[in-house]
Amino acid sequence: MIPAIVVFAYLAVVLCIGVFGGRTANRDAEGYFLAGRSIGPAVFLLSLFGTNMTAFSILGASGHAFANGIVTYGLMASSSALIIPVGLFVIGTRLWALGKRHGFMTPVQMFRDRWECGHIGTAIFAVQAVLLVPYIVIAVMGGGTTLAAVSNGAVPYWLGGAVVSLVVMSYVFFGGMRGTAWVNTFQTVLFLSFGAIAVAVIARGMGGFHNAMESMLASPATAPLLTRERVSPLYFFSYTFIPLSSLAFPHIGIFCLTARRLGHFRRTVILYPLCMLAIWLPSVFLGVAANRAVDLPAIQSKLEARATLAAQGPSLAPEQRAALRAKAGGDDVILRLVEGYAPLWLASLLGAAVMAAVMASDSQILALSTMFTEDVFAFYGGQARFGPAVQVQTGRIFVILLTIVAYGIALTAPQSIFDIASQYAFAGYSALSPLLVAALFWKKSTRWGALAVTVWTAAAVLGVAVLQAVVPAPPPGTAIPVWSIGGADVIARIAAGTTVFGLLPVVPMTLVSVLLMYVVSRATAFSLPAAATLAKYEV
Amino acid sequence: MALITALVYLLHQDFWFWRSARPLVFGFLPIGLFYHAAYTVGISLFMWILVRTHWPSHLEDAHDER
Repeated sequence: MIPAIVVFAYLAVVLCIGVFGGRTANRDAEGYFLAGRSIGPAVFLLSLFGTNMTAFSILGASGHAFANGIVTYGLMASSSALIIPVGLFVIGTRLWALGKRHGFMTPVQMFRDRWECGHIGTAIFAVQAVLLVPYIVIAVMGGGTTLAAVSNGAVPYWLGGAVVSLVVMSYVFFGGMRGTAWVNTFQTVLFLSFGAIAVAVIARGMGGFHNAMESMLASPATAPLLTRERVSPLYFFSYTFIPLSSLAFPHIGIFCLTARRLGHFRRTVILYPLCMLAIWLPSVFLGVAANRAVDLPAIQSKLEARATLAAQGPSLAPEQRAALRAKAGGDDVILRLVEGYAPLWLASLLGAAVMAAVMASDSQILALSTMFTEDVFAFYGGQARFGPAVQVQTGRIFVILLTIVAYGIALTAPQSIFDIASQYAFAGYSALSPLLVAALFWKKSTRWGALAVTVWTAAAVLGVAVLQAVVPAPPPGTAIPVWSIGGADVIARIAAGTTVFGLLPVVPMTLVSVLLMYVVSRATAFSLPAAATLAKYEV
Repeated sequence: MALITALVYLLHQDFWFWRSARPLVFGFLPIGLFYHAAYTVGISLFMWILVRTHWPSHLEDAHDER
């Protein structure tokens, strides 16, 4: 019960930081939604980093590494460590300058201005919003699950989800962007501190990592986990397209507008890779090392389920395979390692760190609220009719409604649906990234090119979702051809999702977006914006 | 600088350590994982050089002129 008490204390601290940290927020829209464009350098770095780190970064990364080995770091961390800072350097700084100069508060506001369009902006808003909602639902589910787990069931799932929703809703409601940024900063410091401590304690508990690695190398079943031989270079390469999504996420774009000075980006782009290293290296390494923690019954049963799946997978019914896959899943391996090797105080702190990770939905809730009030309410006359004070109140009411809806969905829908939906969201946002690049750097882009990219992204995400729902996942290591030409698989269903020519769908989705932006813009050159509009973007 | 950025991007695709786990750096870190950890530190250094040599200070000026 002590871990549950620590988690509740943590929630109380977060609530205080969020509510009181944001108490100085202005009453106008810019003050509430963008912290008055006055976030300082340290909070800017830590909060931006924390906004990008979700439950997946700590729990999902170690779970993926438990099953797939060291490749996880190269797939998800080192590629992001390059693409995101370079994107912030090239795109984020320009967004910031245009936002300051022209008063933009959301990416859609800029798109409408840049391409002189109205309803096409609304279409972009709709696709962005639909892709963002699964994150918020997952956070509620994660909160409920974590509180139930750390309290050994004393706090039921529905109550845990409600508590987490209420805490996040309260500090977003009262604290706005400033309160949310302070909470994210606090959470990032917690993540960064936890990684090193967990490695040291678990290493001691396992009798040193050298022996664990040597015994993994000695076993044919685990030796491949210390190399990347199970993954093709093409598949590895295609993962570098995923971090493009981070640049197109509206909550990241909006956060870029909050910096007080452009100089705040300097430290952020330099230190961002080191923050990635500090969180992902321990998560991935511990996930891999967990394969030798056979003295822990919970991990031993996962290894047995994995072995059964590997040996009998093709002969099993799809339901049996799904059950074994769930049993072998490693999202809780760090929890199990700490539970097995660490003292109670560290296990309690872990519960708080996990809670920090699953509560990363605050930025998304605030971003959706900002987008709704600016891109829909204000755009369709609400601000002119009711005034800026009502606009802020509308944003706050939207926060409440969104939280209630997300909580309702979290209570009724199975989590697996939203786990998958959030995977599509990464690919979807990567496919939307050409919008930003074209708006900022290509004078000849037109609104019809932007619409083509938006419609294509929505259709492609839906197509992949339907395909994965219709064709069940095969056993690991096998593939079901969905579409072949001349004996070569064009589209195939694999255990981890779908491939197109051996690549993740995100690659063709993004490349087709780029092509559509170019071809459709060139074909609709008659709709180029006025020279005065284009001149605004020559910064 | 765009070429150097492309080169850094290509260095992510380190096929040379694809099938090797040894040597274990510091006695426990497989070489493939160590390479990518060092690569991440290298990116930080690269970003430092990028900031020092190609900082878009004209964007700050654009704001100050308002």
